[in-house]
Amino acid sequence: MKRRNLLAGAAMGMALAMAGGAFAQGMDKVKACFIYVGPIGDGGWTFQHHQGTLAVQEAFGDKVETQYQESVPEGADAERVLTQMALGGCNIIFATSFGYMDQVNAIAAKFPDVKFEHATGFKRDSANVSTYNARFYEGRAVEGLIAGRMTKSNKIGYIASFPIPEVIMGINAYYLAAKKVNPDVEVTVVWAFTWFDPAKEADAAKALIDQGIDFIASHTDSTAPLAEAAKTNGAVLGFGQASDMAEYKPSPRVTSIIDNWGPYYIKRVGALLDGTYEQVDAWEGIAGGEVLIGEITEAVPAEVKAEAEAMRDAIAAGTFHPFTGPINKQDGSAWLAEGQTAPDGDLLGMGFYVEGVKGDIPQ
Amino acid sequence: MFRLEKRPTPSRFWLYATPVAAVVLTMLAGGLLFAAMGKNPFLVIKTIFWDPVFGEFAWYLRGQLLVKAGPLILIAIGLALGFRAGIWNIGAEGQYIMGAICGAAVGLAFYPTESRLIFPAMILAGAFGGWLWAMIPALLKTRFNTNEILVSLMLVYVAETILAKAATGFLRNPEGAGFPGSRNFSSYPAAANPELIAGSGLHWGGVAALGVAVAAYLLLTRHVLGFQIRLSGQAPRAARFHGVSPTVLTVLCMGISGALAGLAGLFEVTGPAGKISIDFSSGYGFTAIIVAFLGRLNPLGIVLAGLLMALTYVGGEMAATNLGLPAAAIQVFQGMLLFFLLAVDVLTNYRFRRMAGAAAAGAK
Repeated sequence: MKRRNLLAGAAMGMALAMAGGAFAQGMDKVKACFIYVGPIGDGGWTFQHHQGTLAVQEAFGDKVETQYQESVPEGADAERVLTQMALGGCNIIFATSFGYMDQVNAIAAKFPDVKFEHATGFKRDSANVSTYNARFYEGRAVEGLIAGRMTKSNKIGYIASFPIPEVIMGINAYYLAAKKVNPDVEVTVVWAFTWFDPAKEADAAKALIDQGIDFIASHTDSTAPLAEAAKTNGAVLGFGQASDMAEYKPSPRVTSIIDNWGPYYIKRVGALLDGTYEQVDAWEGIAGGEVLIGEITEAVPAEVKAEAEAMRDAIAAGTFHPFTGPINKQDGSAWLAEGQTAPDGDLLGMGFYVEGVKGDIPQ
Repeated sequence: MFRLEKRPTPSRFWLYATPVAAVVLTMLAGGLLFAAMGKNPFLVIKTIFWDPVFGEFAWYLRGQLLVKAGPLILIAIGLALGFRAGIWNIGAEGQYIMGAICGAAVGLAFYPTESRLIFPAMILAGAFGGWLWAMIPALLKTRFNTNEILVSLMLVYVAETILAKAATGFLRNPEGAGFPGSRNFSSYPAAANPELIAGSGLHWGGVAALGVAVAAYLLLTRHVLGFQIRLSGQAPRAARFHGVSPTVLTVLCMGISGALAGLAGLFEVTGPAGKISIDFSSGYGFTAIIVAFLGRLNPLGIVLAGLLMALTYVGGEMAATNLGLPAAAIQVFQGMLLFFLLAVDVLTNYRFRRMAGAAAAGAK
């Protein structure tokens, strides 16, 4: 009985896929589904993805139905939620965390007529899996420039989540931009080994502050590091991460990296509606509007603000790349020659610090 | 008006009626909560309790109930043995993690050798890992009289740190391009724990859970050790006169519950989870505490309680996705179950008595 149902389902799926292939003319209505790794109320990563979900709903109105599931652990549970969504008639499923990679590819193989979109991943085992990411390192460079110009102790900090290329790339971009304007600057990295755990993030911020660090960038999802910085009466400054975190304006939050997923989600759901959908590996940045730099507050001196905005605009115009040689690796070996910019492949697999960053990447 | 009076003997009626009453009360209070959130309470309750078993996708979700219930039952039975004897192992989550790490490490050490002996060796290593982690609070209690509740709980956080270290360091997939997480066992047949019948959701962990339930039931009802466990919980002094050594009993009960939690971790990492990852721990060790009490610390009751708990997870996910409920509302719903269970449980050992006039006046 079970097996028969499964076979009937598969046969129907194939029939649908063939019908779709024969006409390839889009759909009248799309059911778009999202799985989130944290709660919407995290104020950061998941909150911003949910803003994207709302933007899709608003852009297409009656032509789209959205569904989402919060706080889905990255493991066997994700596989079940993905299956439930696919069975439940979702046409496109956005899995919004790196850790869903194996599950997305396993389930996508079973549901060839459902589109899967995996955020920050790199595996596309079947034709219905696309990956998308944003060039957050561009925003890190802007943060690094501000931190390098403004730090008094010449010690800046970075709360890292997990030692994956995405995070290492952020640390390197932050440090390189800071060092360019302040050769004496040193960066200290604390590994929190979590994406979302306000208590651990606060502890990491405290550890940095105790070491005399006066600028903290974070690669975790909550506002806890800013809340810690706020207790220092302006001695320690930081940045909004993933979302604007405007409640900490004008200080300690002096600017922010805002993940703006709406345009990508609208583009993909729109493509499914009008029949132009194709598998992609998307990586947009400031230029594409996926990475926004939040308002730079009055806590930043006017000339530093102007310099930061100029960098942002140069990145958007494509005239400046945060990873432009000469850059050596931490061990002194050459990475980029004079004037050479980093190939995307090097960035996406980045497993090393650049020269000058102290400490080791956890092994 | 009323006062609580201790019953001379615990009520047999309430012993069995409590879980049922708790489920009914949870449905009522949960229904009010969902209604207050603007959802149709009947639809939500139906989605949680009915749809996974009899709904449109039951053919898939019934298997998922087994996937979810297996580790809960396995851990809860071990915990129940200790709880019966008054030994409070709260750190099963840590033992679950350590079992998974030890078992996975043994399997990965042999990669890519194919041998029938690898999976049994991993099972032993998994049980050993959980047992070892439980021995720390057990020995500290018997030697230095520390509190096993605190020690076992704190060791959960130590285990989580070791897990992060394993996923990013010593068990990391060398072919994983630097990303955290071990090799996936599903692509290493000698060490994998796949579904025994495709689509059924049943893997070796589920089989072990049922086997252990029967064994634990026999132990408690037929074996002298079971008698000693029950006696120690009900009358510690009498147990001592009866020649039961609290030290031996503590080490035994902690050891059994640790080993079973370790086994659950091993079956999970080689099966549904597939690999050691930073987020491998998903709270089974803590949820199993609720399951143990919901099942009245009785192995057969725990099997039913585990399935019910799995239902609230799988059905809760359905409700969250299809009806747009926040994940926190589902967690509150699950929490209510334990809350009502403990509240109604008072009636097992106490009864309400209307106060007589004079006594009432005196009480004022």
